[in-house]
Amino acid sequence: MTAAPQPLQPPVQPTAHASRGPARPPLDGRKAMIECRGVQKYYGDYHALRGIDLTIREGEFFSLLGPSGCGKTTLLRTIAGFEGIDGGVVLVDGRDMANVPANVRPTNMVFQSYAIFPHLTVAENVGFGLRRDPRSRAEKAAAVEDALGMVGLKGYGGRAAHALSGGQRQRVALARALILKPKVLLLDEPLSALDRKMREQMQVELIKLQRQVGITFVLVTHDQEEALVMSDRIAVMFEGEIAQLDGPEALYARPASRRVADFIGVMNFTPARIMGGGADHVTVAVPGFGTVDIPAANVSRADRGDAGPSIGFRPEAATLLPAGAEAPGRVTEGVIDEVVYYGDMTYYDVIMDGSDAYDGVPHEVRISMRNVFGREVPDVGTRVRVSWSPGSLVLFR
Amino acid sequence: MATANSTETGQGLRLIAPPLLYAILMLAVPLLTILAYSFFKDGYLTIVREFTLENYRATWADPIFRTILARSLMVAAMVTAVTVLMAFPVAYFLSFVVAPQRKALWIFLITIPFWTSYLVRVFLWKVILGFNGVINSGLKTIGLIDEPLKFLLYNTGSIVMTLSHSYAPFAILPIYVALEKIDRSLLEAGRDLGESRLMTFWRVTLPLAMPGVVAAVLIVFIPTIGDYVTPTVIGGGKIPMVANLIQAQMLDIDNKPLGSAIAISAMAVVAVLSLLFLFLNRRFLRVRA
Repeated sequence: MTAAPQPLQPPVQPTAHASRGPARPPLDGRKAMIECRGVQKYYGDYHALRGIDLTIREGEFFSLLGPSGCGKTTLLRTIAGFEGIDGGVVLVDGRDMANVPANVRPTNMVFQSYAIFPHLTVAENVGFGLRRDPRSRAEKAAAVEDALGMVGLKGYGGRAAHALSGGQRQRVALARALILKPKVLLLDEPLSALDRKMREQMQVELIKLQRQVGITFVLVTHDQEEALVMSDRIAVMFEGEIAQLDGPEALYARPASRRVADFIGVMNFTPARIMGGGADHVTVAVPGFGTVDIPAANVSRADRGDAGPSIGFRPEAATLLPAGAEAPGRVTEGVIDEVVYYGDMTYYDVIMDGSDAYDGVPHEVRISMRNVFGREVPDVGTRVRVSWSPGSLVLFR
Repeated sequence: MATANSTETGQGLRLIAPPLLYAILMLAVPLLTILAYSFFKDGYLTIVREFTLENYRATWADPIFRTILARSLMVAAMVTAVTVLMAFPVAYFLSFVVAPQRKALWIFLITIPFWTSYLVRVFLWKVILGFNGVINSGLKTIGLIDEPLKFLLYNTGSIVMTLSHSYAPFAILPIYVALEKIDRSLLEAGRDLGESRLMTFWRVTLPLAMPGVVAAVLIVFIPTIGDYVTPTVIGGGKIPMVANLIQAQMLDIDNKPLGSAIAISAMAVVAVLSLLFLFLNRRFLRVRA
C-alpha cells in the first residue's frame, strides 16, 4: 500500500480527537470472540441478512453502522439470541450459538430504550441478573454498588427507576449488563435518545469504560460520527450486507464504494473519465481538476446505479489559498458560489473553472476551512485558488 | 391570570353541570337518604325521624346478618378469584399472541356477552344447568347418566360459575390494558439478564401487570358482593346473599331503617376490604414513567 492520503487539514470531527486516548495494544493477535459465517435471516419474503461474514476479536470495540433497515439491529439481536437465523452460523467465544437461548448466552445487551424495569429501584435493576449468583446478600449489594460506581451513579441505588433522567437510565442499563461480566456487551443505539452534549460525553465515557473492563463491545448505530469516534473497527451495512469492514481512518479516507463514502461524513463527487493507467495508478480526466493520476490504493468501486466513474474527496482535503501563496500540491481555480459559516470552520461551495465540461452543468465542490482569527472569510463570487493533491482523491469506477 | 383561571373553571363547571346534577340526584341523594334512614326509628309502615343507633346494633348483633355477610364475602372472593385467574390467560393471549391487526376483533368478540341483558344471561345459565337443562338432557341422551345431576344448580358453585362468566370481560380488559403497556424490551432484558421465560414472567410481566389485576379484582369483587339476581335465580333463593337480605328488610318486612343500616354496614365492609387490598398492593401501584 502506498502512503495514505494526507488530508491537508485534520478532519472536522472535534470529538474524534478528544477521545482517541492512549494507543492501545494491537488487536490483530487476539482470539475471535464473535464469528459470523454466512448468516442469513428472512422475515417472510424480506431478506434481512444476506450472508454476513465477520470476525470480532476479543476486547474489540466494534460498530455495526448503517441506515435504518440495513439489518444492523437484526444482526445484533441474532448475536444476543433474540432472533433465530435461517442459515449460516454464529459463534461466540468459539461456541456455536445455534439452540443456545438468550438467557444462557455469554452476552448482555444495552437496549435502545434501556429497558429499565420501572417497578424496581436502581439497585434492584442493577442486581437483577444476580439472582442465582451464589454470593451472599451483602456481597451482591457491594457488587451492585461497585457497578453503580463504575458508571458514576454511586449512592443512587435506592432511587426509583422511573425518577431517572435519560443519561442516568443509560448508565443503569450499562451497570446492569456489566455486573454480569459478559464476554460481549451488545449496545443497540444506546446514545440515540440523548441530547447532543450528553451523547458526546457518553461516547467518551463508553470508550473509557470499555478499556477499563476489557470486554468486547458491539455497538449498533446509524450515526457515522459516533462510530468513527468510538470504534476500533466498523462494519458498514447496506440492505443486509456488509459493504465495508475497516478501521475508522481507512473507512474515512478510502471508502470501498461510493455509497459508503456518501454515508460516512461529507464527500464531494465529481464525474470523471478514465483515460488510462499503470500498475500503480489510474489516469482520469476530471472536469475542473484536469488530468489526474489516482494512486491504485485510492481506487474503489462504484455502486449499481452510479452514472459512471467519479472521483470523490473530503471537504477538508482541499484548501483555499490566500492570494499569491505557494502550495505543494496542485492548484486549480474557481469561484465561490456559497459560504456556510459554522463558527470554528466555514464551508465554501466552489464552482471550479471548466467543471461544466462533462455534461454542460457546472458542478460545485464543498471545501471546508478552519477559521483563523484575523483571516477574512471570502465572500460569494470571489475568485479563489484551490490547492489539493491527487493522493487525497478517491476514484470510484 | 386569576380571571382567566376562574373563567376556565366556570366554563368547565357549566360543561359538566348536567351530568353532575344527574349524578347528584340519582347517586348522592339516594345514598344520603339511605344513610339518614339508617339512623331513624322504625314505626311499622312509617319512619320515626328520631336519631338512633339501634339499627346498627341490631344489624351487627344478628347472627343471620353476620352469616349472610360472611357468605357474600366468600362467594364474592371465590367469584373474583375464578374470574381473575381465568381472565389473566385470556388477556395474556390477547396481548402477546394475537396479531396486532386482529386485536380489535378479539376485544369485540369478548364483549359479545354484553349484547344481551344481564338477567337473560343469568336465566340462560339456569337453562344450561337446570334439572331438565342442556347438560342434564345431553348427558342423559348419550347415556352417561340415568338421573339428572342435582349438584349443577342451586348451590354456591353454580353462583360462582354464573357470576364469573358475567364479569369475565370486566376482568379481561383492565389486565389486557396493563399487559399492553409493558414495553416488550423489558421482557427481552429479563431473558438477557439470565432468566428463563417463566422467571421473566414472574419477575417482570406479573409485577407490571399488577395494576390491571388489582383493578380487575376490585371491579369484580365490589359488584358481586351486592349481586341480587344470581343468588335468586341460580341459587334458587336457598343461598341468600347480603343484597337479598336488604331486599327482604326494605320491601318484604318493610323495615327501611334496618334495611338501610344493613346496606350501609355492607358498604362499609366492602370499602374497608377494598382499601386494605389497595394498601397491600401499593408497591405495584406506584406511578411509573
